[in-house]
Amino acid sequence: MLRSCLIYSMFTYIVRRLIQGIVVLLAVSFICFIVFRSAGDPAVSMAGQYATFQDIEEVRKVFGLDKPYYIQYIRFIANALQGNFGLSFVNRVPALPLILERLPATVELATCAIFISVVFGVGLGVLVSLKPYLVRNRLIMAGSLFNISMPTFLTGILLIMVFAVYLKILPPFGRGETVTIGFWRTGFLTWSGIKHLILPAFTLGMYQLAVLLRLTRAGMREVLTEEYIKTAWAKGLPPRKVIFKHALRNVLIPVVTMTGLQFGELIAFSFVTELIFQWPGAGNLLLTSIFEQDQPVIVTYVMLAALVILTINIIVDILYAILNPKIRYE
Amino acid sequence: MSKGFFKSKLVHDFFHDPSAVIGSLLLVASILLAFFAPSIAPQNPYDLEKVSLEHFLIPPIWMEGGESGFLLGTDDQGRDIFSTILYGFRTSLIVGFGVVLIAGTFGIIVGLLAGYYGGLMDTVTMRLADTLFSFSTTLIAILLLGLFNRSGVLIVIIAICVADWVKYARTMRGSVLEVKEEAYITAAKATGAGDLRLLLRHLLPNAIPPIFVIVAVDLAVVIMLEATLSFLGVGVPLTEPSLGMMISIGKNYMYAGMWWLVLFPGIALFLLVIGINLFADWLREELNPKIE
Repeated sequence: MLRSCLIYSMFTYIVRRLIQGIVVLLAVSFICFIVFRSAGDPAVSMAGQYATFQDIEEVRKVFGLDKPYYIQYIRFIANALQGNFGLSFVNRVPALPLILERLPATVELATCAIFISVVFGVGLGVLVSLKPYLVRNRLIMAGSLFNISMPTFLTGILLIMVFAVYLKILPPFGRGETVTIGFWRTGFLTWSGIKHLILPAFTLGMYQLAVLLRLTRAGMREVLTEEYIKTAWAKGLPPRKVIFKHALRNVLIPVVTMTGLQFGELIAFSFVTELIFQWPGAGNLLLTSIFEQDQPVIVTYVMLAALVILTINIIVDILYAILNPKIRYE
Repeated sequence: MSKGFFKSKLVHDFFHDPSAVIGSLLLVASILLAFFAPSIAPQNPYDLEKVSLEHFLIPPIWMEGGESGFLLGTDDQGRDIFSTILYGFRTSLIVGFGVVLIAGTFGIIVGLLAGYYGGLMDTVTMRLADTLFSFSTTLIAILLLGLFNRSGVLIVIIAICVADWVKYARTMRGSVLEVKEEAYITAAKATGAGDLRLLLRHLLPNAIPPIFVIVAVDLAVVIMLEATLSFLGVGVPLTEPSLGMMISIGKNYMYAGMWWLVLFPGIALFLLVIGINLFADWLREELNPKIE
């Protein structure tokens, strides 16, 4: 009885979150639509540079740009649902495939970055929390303050200066050799690809490392004073078990939540990292499109980013609800 | 505990914490340099008559090829790096304080009302806050500036404020919810105090202390964000000085070994931000009653 009740409330919670997500997506699409229409006459942009007045009128009719705005908005949504966001003004090819083609590079970079920030952030956080007054650990905390005060673009540039320009041990830009498996171009399978990945992945991972370090440290310091940890010590469990199995497990919930919630930041800083390292990913494409005022590509990217962020948020919320039975679905 | 005592304790603690003193010295020095930039800087780098292309890419004064008058060298347009940094501080601080003022005021009002009235007002604003938070201030600012294709200091401030008020609103709401339960609020209600009086005279002053920490942390975050936006080319226009833009220009020359174009503005930005963060760290510990 209690169980079915719980499943029911969980179900309504998920449905409510999904509806909320759809409302946000509609709001984002509406903003995109307004921008799209206010950024100049799309018929002129679509007809191209050498179009006559008649060509432009032709384009206006074909694409329904002579219809009232609300009908245009409905068409915009209908097209978007089918993954059709129009042609890129610059390359004259559909915008969505253009972005999807660049996505593997970004996903590989972001995955490595998350991995680095979680492993180092949590690892150092645990280390510092065990003996906070050691000189080494005080230095780590001072380092985390340095890290927080250093914008991502500066971290990237300094890493290039040290490792690529002076020491000359790592390549300063590009993605190196890639291998294509199906539609996915991966850099993981070649030595050159991995060497090219190190600096960008550290740059992108760095922005969150200190945040996770501080979060883990604070959480561990709190948990380590709890009764059940004292019991675990008293039972004579090896330190490894007490720290990782009993203490860290409870600290990981906020760490996971934080990583999920910071996904928007991750996307934003992927632009910065991709620009510095000339990484051929989706973020770099977006910056080029902004520079060239290629509205269809920008709008597609924004919609895609919104979809990804909302999906991850909902997944994190559900995971959180499962991990923490105390949460009420309100 | 009288107010005077509290003040003197705060001042005493401040002067006995080296990182707080160093932090605020860095911040105050930056503000003074920015304010007096026109009289300190040897050159106005954005006055086309003063800048001459024949002085381009000069190394710092102590290196071979350095010229007197260009302490930290010059960039590719012949602008004196030292002067440009001083003018860049101005943009950083204007954007930083501008955002903190606008987003802070708006967020405090929203948090106050949401916390006090609750109900639909609370639900709607906090849902909106959650959404904006998950998209992050940085991403929203980059995408808005990219989509609307306008640039300018005020535009940058507005683009950052769109999502930045959330931090203030959430903190204020949480604080109001706590203060609301205090006996003196009930007492004030019992004496027939109106909503406006309760909000402004009782809730606002008692719920505001946690906001001070947010202000300090946010100032550092916003200054870094402005530099990032300008670095990406969506921030302040080319005609305005900005540390982020200096570094963006300098990055094209670092492979040629001309490190001064990147390193000096980078160090300046770092010192400004770490100064604020050191102060913020001290303030957080000082205002947190749990830590003794």
